[in-house]
Amino acid sequence: MNLIQTFTNGEQGLFKPNSLTPMQKLTLRFVVIGLIYYGVVVIEGMLMRLFEVSPSIALGVEPKQFFAIMTAHPLVGIFGSTYSIVFGAFLFLVPFLMKKPLWSIKLGNWTLWLITIGTFVFWFAGFVSHYSPLYTLYWPLPADFSQFSVLGGTFFIVGIALVMVGTAFFVINIYKTITYTPEGWEKQPKGALIKSALGLTGLTNLFSKKKKEHLVSLPVAAIARGTVDTAFNAVVILFAGVLILIYMVAELFGVSLKHSAIDALLYKNIFWWGLDLIADGLVLIFVAGTWYLLATLITGKKLFMENWARAALFVEMVVSWTVWSHHLMSDQAQPGILKILSGEMVTAFELITQGLAFFITLATLWSARPLKMSHPLKFLLGGLLGFALAVPAGIMQADLGLNRILHNTQWIVGPHVHVAILIGLTMTLYSAIYFLFPILTNGAKLYSEKLASFHFWAHLIGGIGMGAFMGMAGLRGMLRRSIYLNGEFNSYMILAAISGSLLLLAFLAFFYNIVMSVGLKGVIEIFMPSKLKTTDLLPAEK
Amino acid sequence: MIDSNIVLTGQTIAYTLYVLAIMALMGWFAYKITRDGSGKVVKSAIFYSFVGFLIFLGVSLHIVTHETIPWKPMDLNRAEIKADQEFNITMENHEFRLPTSKLIIKKNKIVRFNVVSKDLTYGFGLFRRDNTMAFQMQVIPGHINDILWQFDRPEVYSIRSTEYSGPKGIKMIVRDVVEVVE
Repeated sequence: MNLIQTFTNGEQGLFKPNSLTPMQKLTLRFVVIGLIYYGVVVIEGMLMRLFEVSPSIALGVEPKQFFAIMTAHPLVGIFGSTYSIVFGAFLFLVPFLMKKPLWSIKLGNWTLWLITIGTFVFWFAGFVSHYSPLYTLYWPLPADFSQFSVLGGTFFIVGIALVMVGTAFFVINIYKTITYTPEGWEKQPKGALIKSALGLTGLTNLFSKKKKEHLVSLPVAAIARGTVDTAFNAVVILFAGVLILIYMVAELFGVSLKHSAIDALLYKNIFWWGLDLIADGLVLIFVAGTWYLLATLITGKKLFMENWARAALFVEMVVSWTVWSHHLMSDQAQPGILKILSGEMVTAFELITQGLAFFITLATLWSARPLKMSHPLKFLLGGLLGFALAVPAGIMQADLGLNRILHNTQWIVGPHVHVAILIGLTMTLYSAIYFLFPILTNGAKLYSEKLASFHFWAHLIGGIGMGAFMGMAGLRGMLRRSIYLNGEFNSYMILAAISGSLLLLAFLAFFYNIVMSVGLKGVIEIFMPSKLKTTDLLPAEK
Repeated sequence: MIDSNIVLTGQTIAYTLYVLAIMALMGWFAYKITRDGSGKVVKSAIFYSFVGFLIFLGVSLHIVTHETIPWKPMDLNRAEIKADQEFNITMENHEFRLPTSKLIIKKNKIVRFNVVSKDLTYGFGLFRRDNTMAFQMQVIPGHINDILWQFDRPEVYSIRSTEYSGPKGIKMIVRDVVEVVE
């Protein structure tokens, strides 16, 4: 096959979209949408990197646009990209591991389109109107109409609300799939399944001589527990969105509501409580669950210290509900006891829970030596390294002494946030994508092994490099969410931009490799209805 | 009181050493798992020791910083500490309103900065001439935002808002306005 034929039909024409079940198509749609939004995030990231070097080389980006990009960038990354890929994978994996069909494929498709459209709506609203209160939405900034357009802000919030509704549908689908009884099955024990999924069985097993059987596998338990945080977070984000919307709608009708009616510190506490359910909750829980799943699938071995792993996931969920104060250590009105207990002590628990997940995954891999260094294994090790670097960086900034000189600097967003997301989370997701690729495509072949290897190294070096140079600038006083017009930190920002361009190249190599593997026709046909009328996950073997 | 630059140097050294160690460990691990192994499961004693080490590390970090970073206990007990000098500062419409055109501080005196915001959430930070940060805090409207600091050497500082308050906030810098003298 020549290059054009491969581009059209995929590597050796092995990808047959007609053979895909509705479930495979649903999952692949989520992955395609997630990767497209990831591409948007990488381009936005590069624009910001160039702007940080010199505003004049950032393709005409103005300060207002810069902050609008900075507002959309993490939200498109979390909701448009990560939520899409993770939800798609979990809507496939939960029924796959429970050995029963998804409760509702239709609801799964609703989740997909609500997230896709919602992300586009808030991104577009920010792009056109430059609505830019940043993801922090600190009160009363989002309702400061001397700086932001009311109409732009209204559409922005509507977009976020659509994503949250899609998220709620995902939560319902996951829990229904775990507990429902498919037609012709013996009645399923709902209560026991929920207890096992939430980790209560694992926790009691640690202290009981009579061990109870786990009704759901560990990865399903991790998904169920992370989904609890997903649900709480959706409620808090919706609450913040509705509150802001009330101010915006009133303004549209010519009534300016009093900003001081809302206590800024209380709002900030509620906001961070909700946001940490993502950053310190579902991300860590989902990632740990994915590590365990990948480690057992790659090795074919039982997970090392499974009861501990289950208990740690439960502890992590409780930690995520009580950890938010580490974002308020520089808020002098925040009670000191909350800063110490929630901010310092509970946050330190993340070192323990994430450290346990790290050790358990490595020990499981170790027991299966020798292993072939496949792409899923490579990316899994990259993901483990990412969190091993980013979690201690976070623990350091969650100290009352160090936070005084680190808060809101590039340290936070470099070695902690970007290394955790780009190396820890994204490489774990890539590992899952490389692993699931042949399963979801019914045996399609990867176009180029060399491109996949380049993807790995460019992403790893680019991500760690960018985080490191941002961190060095932060330690020398460079703030995040600010603009330096006189090149004060240029040497670090140039090096961070070079590292960022490696990330862009890595993504382009990966995207090209995937398109060449399944072909352009294949990508388009993923979005067409499946010809198979089945709720099974995979096509019946002939 | 020791300077914040010294604390940051210590942190840089500690974190850099950790990064090099963990990267070397992962590189070694990646190499070893492709080689023949005995197939033995890792001993549970190693696992429990690791758990103990993590607990020790998580707890001791905050105790060590409490004992070595002087502004940490001072901040926690600031309600009981009497300041030698106080400055009342207001922030409104993306501007700082200072009590005097220059804030002159004597070396080693305890200084309290009381900052209020009349509209948005801002930040309040002191930066040296080489752009490094001495300290910062958040400034929340409707609340008292105060910080105690003791400067151990003569130096000139700029005040800068350290929190995003919309695009207008990027100009919130008052250069060389704080002067610490002998």
